[in-house]
Amino acid sequence: MNAKLDFSILMRPDYLKMVLEGVVTMFELTLLAWILAMVVGTVLAVVRMTNSRIAQGCVATYVEYHQNVPMLVQIFLWYFGVATLLPATWQHWLNANHSEFVFAFIAVGLAMAAYMSEDLRGGIRSIPKSQIEAARALGLSYLKASRLVVLPQAIRIAMPTLVSHTVLLFKNTSLAMTIGVAELTYATREIESQSFRTVEVYLMATALYLSISLLIMTIGAMIERQLRIQAR
Amino acid sequence: MKKISAAASDKKIIAFNAVNKWYSPHFQALKNINADIVKGEVVVLCGPSGSGKSTLIRTVNRLEEIQNGTIEFDGQDIHAPKLDVNKFRSHIGFVFQSFNLFPHLSVAENIMLAPINVLGKSRPKARQRAVELLERVGLAAKADAYPGQLSGGQQQRVAIARALAMDPPAMLFDEPTSALDPEMVGEVLQVMKSLAREGMTMMCVTHEMNFAREVADTVWFMDAGRLIEKDTPDNFFNRPQSERAQKFLSDLRSH
Amino acid sequence: MQDIFIILRDNWALLLVGQYPNGPLGGLAITLLLSILGLVFAFPLGVILALARVSPIRWLRVPAMTVIYVVRGVPLIMFIFWTYFFLPALTGQTVSGFTTMVVTLVIYQAAYLAEVVRAGIEGLPHGQTEASRALGLSYMQTTLKVVLPQALYNMVPAMVSQFVSTIKETSLGYVISVNELTFAANQVNNTLLTQPFQVFIILAGIYFLLCFSLTQLARYLEQRIAGKRTGLQTLSRRMQPVE
Repeated sequence: MNAKLDFSILMRPDYLKMVLEGVVTMFELTLLAWILAMVVGTVLAVVRMTNSRIAQGCVATYVEYHQNVPMLVQIFLWYFGVATLLPATWQHWLNANHSEFVFAFIAVGLAMAAYMSEDLRGGIRSIPKSQIEAARALGLSYLKASRLVVLPQAIRIAMPTLVSHTVLLFKNTSLAMTIGVAELTYATREIESQSFRTVEVYLMATALYLSISLLIMTIGAMIERQLRIQAR
Repeated sequence: MKKISAAASDKKIIAFNAVNKWYSPHFQALKNINADIVKGEVVVLCGPSGSGKSTLIRTVNRLEEIQNGTIEFDGQDIHAPKLDVNKFRSHIGFVFQSFNLFPHLSVAENIMLAPINVLGKSRPKARQRAVELLERVGLAAKADAYPGQLSGGQQQRVAIARALAMDPPAMLFDEPTSALDPEMVGEVLQVMKSLAREGMTMMCVTHEMNFAREVADTVWFMDAGRLIEKDTPDNFFNRPQSERAQKFLSDLRSH
Repeated sequence: MQDIFIILRDNWALLLVGQYPNGPLGGLAITLLLSILGLVFAFPLGVILALARVSPIRWLRVPAMTVIYVVRGVPLIMFIFWTYFFLPALTGQTVSGFTTMVVTLVIYQAAYLAEVVRAGIEGLPHGQTEASRALGLSYMQTTLKVVLPQALYNMVPAMVSQFVSTIKETSLGYVISVNELTFAANQVNNTLLTQPFQVFIILAGIYFLLCFSLTQLARYLEQRIAGKRTGLQTLSRRMQPVE
C-alpha cells in the first residue's frame, strides 16, 4: 500500500459503465426481491392468523426453513438445484433471460418473506382482540376486517423491524455475485482485477452500500413518523 | 320521566328460547334463558358480576356461541346454517365497554368504514350520514380528529354513532359507561336516553340504575347464569321478589 | 430420495471433516470451528463496543456508533474482500482464507453483539443502577458488578441466536475458498455433476438441523429466563444478520 490513492481511475468510461450497470442491477434485484418478500410475507402472516392448524404448520415450516438455512445455500439450491428440475421449456426461457438474476431475486425474496411475515405477525399479535370484535360486530367479514382494521395497524407497529429487514434484504443481494449476477460487488471485483486499484474501488463500493443503507433507514424513519401522526 | 311502553308493537325483535351456554363441563354461564324484547322496548340487564349478563348480550350477535336453545333476531334463527353472519351482524348495533374505535382512522372514517364496505354506500353519502350522526351525538366538530385525541366519553359517543350508521333495528350496549370517568358518564347516558325516547329497541347491560328507572321498559335481573326477575323498573326497584335481587339492590344502595 | 442416501453414504466424511486425516480439516468441522472462534473473540470485543456505545464519554461513544453503523450497513461479502486484501497488506505475510474468515466474523459479529449487549444493558430496570450508585459504587464498579452480569445473563438467548447467525455466515467462506461445509458440498457437486439438487438439499438439511436445534435451544432458554425476570424485553430473535 505504498502508492497514493488515485480515485481518477474510477472515472474511466468503461469502469464507470460497469459500476453504473452494477448499481442498476443491484437496485432492480433489491426492488423485485422486496416486492416479492412483502407480498409473500403478508400472505403468510394472514394465513397464519386463521384457525387452521395445518395452515399454521405450513407457514411455521416455511419460516423455520428460510431462517435456518444460510442465504448463500438457498441461492445455490435454487440456481444449481431447482433449475435442473424445471421442465425443459422453462429452462430454455430462463437460460435466454438471465436465469441467474431470476433465481437470485426469487431466492432472496422468498427468504426475506419469512422475516417479513414474522415481523407482521408480531404486529398483528399486539393488536387487542377487541379491535377484531368491533370490526366483526359491524358486519365486516374476516378478510375485510383483516384488510381494513388489523393489517394497517399491524404494519405501523412492525415498521421498525420491517425497515431493518429491508436493509438486510438489500445487503443480501450482494450474494448474487456468486452465481454471476453483475451487481455492484461483482463489478467491484471485476474492476479490481483489471485495474489493481483495490482500495479506491472497494472504498467506492463501500460508500455506495453505506449511503443506500442509510437512505433506506431514513426513508423508513420518515414513513414511520408520517404514519404515527395519522394514527394519533 | 318514564317512557311510555310501546304497547302497540308485538313484534319480537330478540327472542331467547331455552338458551344454555357452557364454557367448560364445570362452568355453565347461561342456564335456560327464556325471554324476549319487542319492537321499541328498552331492556336493562343487571346483576352481580359473573352473573352472565355480558355473556348473554354477546350471544345476540354471536360474539359468543351457545350450545343449547335458539335465539331469534327479527324473526330469524340466528344459528341457521345458511345465515350470512356478516350481513346479520351489520343489522345489529353493538356498543362495547371499551369503545374499540379504530385508532388508525379518523372519527368520520370510523363511522364510514362499515357503511362503505358492508352496505356498499358511496363515500360522499357515507360521509354525509357520518356528519349527521356526529351532530346527533354532539361531536360534529370532531369529524376529522383521531380517537387518540378524544376523551373517553367522546370516544364512546363516536362508537354509538358508528353503530347507528348501519341503521340497525336494535342496539345492544355492553356496559357502555363502566370504563368512563364519572364526569363523562352523563354525556353518554344522555345520548342513550334520547335514542330510547325516539323508539329504538335497546338491550343494555349497565350498573346505572337511574338510567334504568328513567328510560327502561323492563329490567332483567340475572344471577349465576339464570334470569331471575323480569319486571318493570318500578316493580323491580321497589318490590324485588327474589332474595338475591333484594341483596343486590341493597348492596347497590349502600354505596 | 434414494439418491440422497447414496450421496450421503459416499460423501459423509468429506462433508463432515473434509479430507482429514488424509489432508486438512474441512467441511462441517471447519464451519463449527470458524463459528466458535468467531463468537469467542467477538464476545469480548462486542461487550467493549457496547460499553463504549452507552458511555457518557463522547469520544468513546461516537466512534463506537460509527463502527457499528458501518458494519451493519455494508454486506458481509464486501467485508470479506476488505479483510482478504487488508490483512496481508497490514501484516506483510500471506494470510490463509481461514484466518481471513475468522477476523471478518469477529468484527462483524462484534458489531451485532454490541447491539445485543446494549439492549440487555438498557433493558435493565433503572432501579438497579440507582440502587448501586446510592450505595456508593462508582460507575465502573456498577457496570462491572451489577449491570453487566445481569444484562449478559438476560441476553444469553440472543447470543445463542447470534451464534446461529455466525454459523450461517461461515458459508460465505466459499467465496474465498475456505474449505467449510458449503465449499465441501460444492466439491461433491462438481464431482457428481448430475445431481445438484440432491447435493444442495443435503447441504441445506445439515445447516437446518444444526441451526434449528440451536434456535430451539435459544427459545427454551428465553422462556426460562423470562420466567425469572418478568417485564424485560425478549430479544433472542431480533437482529440476525442473515447471510
